[in-house]
Order: sequence, then structure tokens, then C-alpha cells
Amino acid sequence: MSEREVLELLRENARYGTDDIARITGLDEDDVEATIAALEEAGVVRGYQAVVDWDELEDERVRAVVELNVTLDRETGYADIASRLARFPEVTALRLVSGDYDFDMEVEGDSIREVSRFVSEKVAPVPEITQTVTHYVMTAYKENGIEFGDGDEDDRLSYSP
Amino acid sequence: MTLEQSARVAEIPPSGIRRFFEIAEERDDVISLGVGEPDFSTPWAARDAAIKSLELGKTSYTANRGMRELREAIAEYVTRFDLAYDPDGEIIVTTGASEAVDLAFRAFVDPGDTVAVVEPAYISYGPGVTFAGGEVLPVPTREEDEFRLTVDALERAGAADADALVYCYPNNPTGAVMSETDLEPVAAFAREHDLAVFADEIYAELTYEGEHASIAAFEGMRERTVVFNGFSKAHAMTGLRLGYALAPESAVDAMNRVHQYSMLSAPTTAQYAALEALASCEGEVESMVEQYDRRRRFVLSRFEELGMPCFEARGAFYVFPTVPDGFDCETFAEELLREKGVAVVPGNVFGAGGEGHLRVSYATGLDDLREALARIESFLTERDLL
Ligand SMILES: Cc1ncc(COP(=O)(O)O)c(C=O)c1O
Repeated sequence: MSEREVLELLRENARYGTDDIARITGLDEDDVEATIAALEEAGVVRGYQAVVDWDELEDERVRAVVELNVTLDRETGYADIASRLARFPEVTALRLVSGDYDFDMEVEGDSIREVSRFVSEKVAPVPEITQTVTHYVMTAYKENGIEFGDGDEDDRLSYSP
Repeated sequence: MTLEQSARVAEIPPSGIRRFFEIAEERDDVISLGVGEPDFSTPWAARDAAIKSLELGKTSYTANRGMRELREAIAEYVTRFDLAYDPDGEIIVTTGASEAVDLAFRAFVDPGDTVAVVEPAYISYGPGVTFAGGEVLPVPTREEDEFRLTVDALERAGAADADALVYCYPNNPTGAVMSETDLEPVAAFAREHDLAVFADEIYAELTYEGEHASIAAFEGMRERTVVFNGFSKAHAMTGLRLGYALAPESAVDAMNRVHQYSMLSAPTTAQYAALEALASCEGEVESMVEQYDRRRRFVLSRFEELGMPCFEARGAFYVFPTVPDGFDCETFAEELLREKGVAVVPGNVFGAGGEGHLRVSYATGLDDLREALARIESFLTERDLL
């Protein structure tokens, strides 16, 4: 149970210190540290990253969501194709999904050209891949649970009864 | 006749918090822990229902006592507190719990009647009693009792001779709660001394560790109790202005008599929002309660570390720490605001028993709470109090 709570807090803000997590959960700080270590050890927590709103940055960053259709055969399963694709550093996320296509793949690069080339030269030629559909991200409104608006103004009075 | 204040109005002192507003205006980096309302917005489903009702042109008055469907939903909702009220005669929907409180005083307090007000308390009860022509009898509660109401406190204050008792638990400003065991002797006292009881339970849903208990659920209490509740706190609907009172039929009739002439009916749009809030927003309420509970534990443990003792508040969204020796609560609150831009409410604003304390609201996100507590820490460090 405490594991779940620690996990929720880390998901809310991975920079909460173990001291703050201890205060919030009522656990000892040592227990919090041990819980986090165990979560990392078990591969539940795979990493900690900043959530970036690229639109706020001068430098261009191009992202695309690519739908992939594949055919399987006796020797090749989804996992084989996935491990091959996931090795490319351009691929930032890869998931097997239900519905009209098989994989949902996120790709990042410095320009549309770079991303297009990656898809056409590295992904499309993979023999099991029968079709790719690339969607360029135009604007991100929310990522990892964080909204990218200006935030809801807190228009409450600073004192109220 | 010129527009001269009535004696009743003149009797009410101006709000002690006014000048703090002005100081807060001077800085643009104020983190406010002085707020008595949720930082969450009303759950979207409830807002959406309000919008839809407007689109459909549902903008007329409702029945004086509120929409029948809403009263049914309220009747069903309060069963979780072991309360059973008939939607047809025993529930009245009001413009905020504030109106319900005012209706009760006007409907049941005669000039010269004494109303015992359990303090520290939400600031409306005293003036409400005064406007109704009644006399206020403060009943101070103490930190040793974790600000719970005890028979001892009632006796010491002379409440045995009062006509009515008003309190709010979970409490604003202390965060204190009353368990069933705590309420039992109070109920016995009310029966023995024939007191009417006005129980403000607007924070009922915001009870952490344990269940909210209502005094109206005790044997022989229903007939002498008016329960106030509303949507402002648990459903984050303060600006929509919707509350209700629960009482026996004849009592609701009396309150409705005042209500029909002074208010006619509670805001219609808000009634649609409330209906939806009860129908489908339980999950969101639970998640808000969970967030408050986390913040509560965080704030309590920080005050403990800062050497500002704070009993373990288990309700509402307030803690009530003690200011360090050598300070009175107003000076502390003012200097903290001026120097560090952290707004808290001095406890003496809430009446007897509040001096020496601060009301600190945790209806604010954890990031701001962390920053505010860090600023309080540096305030104390600079004064060699840490
Ligand atoms: C104890 C208590 N009762 C009543 C109210 C008023 O609530 P409403 O918004 O429903 O009028 C408040 C608001 O701060 C409160 O704290």
C-alpha cells in the first residue's frame, strides 16, 4: 500500500524529496528510500525525466506519432519487431495497441526532414512492416498529466472566512 | 429617516482581517494559506450540467425549497452520515450554507434568547445571532481537548441556561472533529438542558481517519437539531452558492417562511450543478479528499519540525498551530506576511480560544505549501527561534 502511495507521489512530481514524501505519507524517511530503491530494483520505476513543452523553446524539435502495421510469421513475433525498432534513439515511445494498426510509435528529431527520412529509410524497409502513417505533432496541450496552458489562474481572494 | 445604521448592525465590529488584505496587495509573490475555500475547480460534470441547464433555458425560479429531484438526491446522500430526512418536508435548499445558518437564527431565535457559540468558530454565527436579536454566549474550547466540545466547556461557559447551541465540526478554523463518542455527552447535555442545536456540518465529507458523525443521529436529537451542509467545500462549489438545511418538518416550515420572502429560491443553475455533483462526482470528491489528506500530513509534520506545536487536526482543510513564545497571533501573522509574503489568519479572529494560534489552510497545492513552509522556516531562523 505504501508502495502505491510513494509511486503516486513520484508520478506527481519526481523531485519530491524523500523527506517530503515521508511527511506526506507518514512513513519514515528510511522506509521511503527503501521503497523507492525496491521499485527501481524491480523495474517498476524505469527512470525520471523532465516534462518539456517544446513550443516554449526557440530551438525546433519535431515529434511525430507513427502508426505501424506489421505481419507476423512463425519466426517473428511482435516483441521481435519491437526490440528492433526500440533500439533506434529516434524512437522515444513504442507501444503495441489494439485497433486498426499494431504499433504506436513516437519519434523525435530536429527537423521534419530528419524524422521523415528516419521513417522512410529505417522503419519502412523493415520486412515485417507493411504500412506506416506518420502524424506530425503540431501543438502539445498536455503531456504526462501536465497541462501546457498558462495554468488556471488562482483568482481566489487571499483571505476568506 | 436618514440612512443611519441600525443598532444591531452598529453592534457588529468590522472584520479584523481587512488590514491584512491591504498588506497582501502590496506584494506580488504572496502565497496564501489564508483561504477558506478549495483550490480545486468544481468537478467538470457538475459545471457541464450547469452549462447545459442554461442552454436549455432553465433559468426560472424553482420551488421555494429547491428542486424536488435535488432534495431527493440530498436525502439519499446524507444517509451516509446515518441521517434520514424526507425530501418533501424536511429538507430546504439554500443559497449557500450561509443562508441556511441565517434562516435558522431568524426562524428560531427570539430577542433575548441566548445562543451558545462554540469557539473558535466560523465568523458568521455571532453576527447572525445578533442580527436575529439574540445574545451570544461564547463557549471556548481548548487545545488540551484538541478543540473538541466537552460538557465541561459547556458548563464552564454557563451554556446550561442557553436556549440554543451552534457549532461546526469538522471545525473551521481548528480542523477539529467530533467522533460519535465525543458527541454523545454533548447530546445528553442538550437534551437535559433543552437546547436547540444548530450543527454546521459543511465539512463533513472532509474527515480524515474515521467517519463523520452527526449529532442529529442520536436518540432524541433529531427533533431539536438543524443540520447545515452544502456543496461549497466537498464539491468545490463556493461560487455557485448552494447549501441546505435538514430539520423536522415544522422547523423546515419555519425556515421556509423566512426563505420564501427573503430569497424565494436558491440559484437554479447551481441546483442543476449540485444534482449532477451528487449523481456522478463521487470519485472526484474522493480524489480531492485524498489530496487534502496528503497535504494535511505534510503541513502537520512541518509545523512539528518547526517547533510550532499543532494538535492533529483531522477535518476540514485547516491546521491551527501555536505561535512561538513572545508573539501574539496578529503580530506573527502580520510580520510573516510583510517579510515573507505568506498569508495566514490570526486565530483571535475566530473568537475565544483562538489567541496564540494561526489558521493555516491547506486548500493550496503541495508545491506552494512546500514553499510557504520553507519561508516560515526562514522567518523563524532569522529570529533565532529555530
Ligand atoms: C463552517 C462554515 N460554515 C459555512 C460556510 C459558508 O458556506 P457556503 O459557501 O455554503 O455559504 C463556511 C465557509 O467558509 C464555513 O467555513
